[in-house]
Amino acid sequence: MLELRKDIFADERDDNLKEIGKGTQRQDMLGHVTGTSSYFNDHKLQGMLHLKVVRSTQAHARIRRIDTAEAERSAGVRRIIRGADVPVNLNTLLSLINFGKDDEPSLAVDKVRYKGEPVIAIVADSEREAFEAIAKVKIDYEPLPAVFDVEDALKPGAPVVNETYPKNTFTYHETYDHQRLRFGDADAALATADHVLEQRYQMSPIEHAPTETNGAIAAPDTNGRYVVYTSTQALFFSVDTCAKILDVPSNTFHFIGGTVGGGFGGKVDTLTEPLAILGAMLTGKPVRYVFGREEEMQYGPPRGAERIYIKDGVMRDGRIVARKIRALFDSGAYTRLSSYAAVKCAAHLPGPYTIPNVYGDVYCVFTNRTPATAMRGFGVTAMDFAIECQMDKLAHLVGMDPMEFRILNAYRDGDMKAHRREAKNTALIECVQVAAEKAKWPLREEFKRASSRKDGGGSRAIIPPTPTDGRARSTAPVQQRTSYDRLPPTVTREPPREPPPPTPPPPSPRPTAPSHGATRFSSVFGTRRR
Amino acid sequence: MTRHRGRGIASINYPIGMNLGGDPSQALVHSNPSGKFTVALSSIDLGQGMKSVTRQICAETLGVPVEDVYVDTADSDTGPHCMGSFASRGTHRVGNAVMAAAREARGVMMEAAAEELEVNAADLETDGRGNIHVKGAPHRSISTKDVAIAAQFKQGKTISGRGIFLVPLSEVNPETGEMSPATCYAHSCLVAEVDVDDETGEVAMVRMDSAYELGRALNPRLVEQQLVGGAWMGVSHALYETPEPYYPEPVHGPRDFVEYLMPGPGDICPHDIAVLERPAPDGPFGAKGPGEMCANPVLPAVANAIFNAVGVRIDDLPITPEKVLRAIKAQGGARPQARR
Repeated sequence: MLELRKDIFADERDDNLKEIGKGTQRQDMLGHVTGTSSYFNDHKLQGMLHLKVVRSTQAHARIRRIDTAEAERSAGVRRIIRGADVPVNLNTLLSLINFGKDDEPSLAVDKVRYKGEPVIAIVADSEREAFEAIAKVKIDYEPLPAVFDVEDALKPGAPVVNETYPKNTFTYHETYDHQRLRFGDADAALATADHVLEQRYQMSPIEHAPTETNGAIAAPDTNGRYVVYTSTQALFFSVDTCAKILDVPSNTFHFIGGTVGGGFGGKVDTLTEPLAILGAMLTGKPVRYVFGREEEMQYGPPRGAERIYIKDGVMRDGRIVARKIRALFDSGAYTRLSSYAAVKCAAHLPGPYTIPNVYGDVYCVFTNRTPATAMRGFGVTAMDFAIECQMDKLAHLVGMDPMEFRILNAYRDGDMKAHRREAKNTALIECVQVAAEKAKWPLREEFKRASSRKDGGGSRAIIPPTPTDGRARSTAPVQQRTSYDRLPPTVTREPPREPPPPTPPPPSPRPTAPSHGATRFSSVFGTRRR
Repeated sequence: MTRHRGRGIASINYPIGMNLGGDPSQALVHSNPSGKFTVALSSIDLGQGMKSVTRQICAETLGVPVEDVYVDTADSDTGPHCMGSFASRGTHRVGNAVMAAAREARGVMMEAAAEELEVNAADLETDGRGNIHVKGAPHRSISTKDVAIAAQFKQGKTISGRGIFLVPLSEVNPETGEMSPATCYAHSCLVAEVDVDDETGEVAMVRMDSAYELGRALNPRLVEQQLVGGAWMGVSHALYETPEPYYPEPVHGPRDFVEYLMPGPGDICPHDIAVLERPAPDGPFGAKGPGEMCANPVLPAVANAIFNAVGVRIDDLPITPEKVLRAIKAQGGARPQARR
């Protein structure tokens, strides 16, 4: 059930509109519900051939020899495509916006870097004949040590997954193996916080699970052009990627798509179009390359897993004074788009809260697994899981109601965000208030009266003095620290240079809340240690 | 065996669009001689409603009924450039491009109408039902169809418009992370209520209550579709799904929907949603976009509700019955927290 709360922020809107705000039926509804909408795979073309790929059986191995002799003689086989047949057999998606180095072949040449990596493509009269020929391809692998854990991948001596990035990390700004965020002096603030809490969070990979799997049908058109029916989520991204890989001008292609059976981020990678077009170029026939469900689930890119460490300093009255985050994105064997997600993640820190000292290191790490890619909430979903579980623990630690704790720390109009832009047009507080109302969750009067439009800015708008990293942190700290407690009081430490910016008046203590002393809390390795 | 009930919350914000290499989208709008409009895009409708939401934006801006507009996606020969349908950018970026194109087309349409009615174009307004009339004098009116015929066959004008919306590239400071990653943010808070079985470790969703702030709900039914579906993706993400059940060990990967766990119809719970609208200054009619963010608050809210129910924190997704049960056993039984 959906309720429109027109009463909130009414003074900022003109509701006197004719078409906007109406629940008009979808333009494509009739076609969708009667099964007559046309998707890429509805184009069955005369003489259409079918392309399937031979996928690596190894997670990490050198390719010694590929023997396709028997496959070539297999019934219905029209063409075997090898890496050497791909005009530009090395690409990275974001090279289109000049971000990152080419690191991924369309068909593996001398090495495979994940189980399921395409090595050979076979074009045959039918899918069945393509599969039969695949079974006849013999590949001699020399297995190499593989690495699957992001922290193992950062250790000295770890197997090099992808020679383009020999340290197993994406390179940022041609200098760093991570994207940084620095705002204020988190270490100094942690040293003076009443409580310090450090925790580890692990996001799982998930599958996009679209109803329609990835696929494309390419056909020679008149005048040397190719028409391509595609499931892409990003039409020109795919056009330009194909133009680069196939080394032809982009207007060689006429891409048609636009009605897609679910994407969720899994159809940006242009996985099927280049080989389908190459197949059409080499055979002169229409070629269809569509992922089966198993391919989609295991070798289509998943949402990457992320491992996140958060260390927070909080005061007894509930104000968070410091947040330090180390996040490791598991990109799999190639970059795809994870490099970008790490930057988006850095900008997202420390969540929708005004925290005067924030420190973040976000890594894009290569491992020998299926390359990850964009998925709904890319760079943010895992961080929100970590931050919001952490917020619940912090509220528990200081004995505050978790809703009120969020309102107390929420960002407001005029506050300075950690990526050094002013917060505007904020509405977190109102969302908490309305959700509380809906769930009949009691809030105290002062929290019901709080507003995103009040009490922000002022001292909260200041960019605090931020120490530069003189501590040689340009490379990944390879050793995982074992203790995340506050420094013992005997250790001399620098006082914070500025008093932390005041937040709205702290709430009166809840009468029922237990009074906590300074607490140390360490549960980095899964189970909690007391 | 006891079932313990618990509630957990999470609140989040979400950046609209991507801005690493600059974030442009274009649109073309043109009328046929009957005054029916086509919007040409290369943006993709993944099922989220791209065609429908841009259709409403175009109709509102032109001042014509929504039935007079059709949106065509996505053809690289006819549709102008768009980065793509991802990063919650469709409504905001493409919507703005369509609005700009429709504004230009409207300008020509009003001039053509002014010529026919022999008045100044500034004195004209649309009624949203397919007519253009003199302000304050509705009887001095002409239909958009007659305007289109006159423009095409008499005046030699093309009622068309081009639109682009570009958020320019934002440099990222390597040392501090200073950047402009997005121009506006959507917000949400969600309360999840669960039952946790301390004998099996199973978690059952009881209900969800949520508030989403989206700038403007351009089409509330499309918004509802996104929020309801997205919340279920969140539940599935929190409790069920993964192609690598023993991550980081890449073993026992599912190959189809029999082996890949997702919630079924019997696992669905009521979800009561409130939508707030704080218009984004640079959004089309203030819209931001509900696309990606709707799943995000569900994951932590469910994890926090499980803690409230039985006192265990599961910080590794997905929160399977095995993990819940092991954690309950490790702490010597369920420890229900304060009921709320």
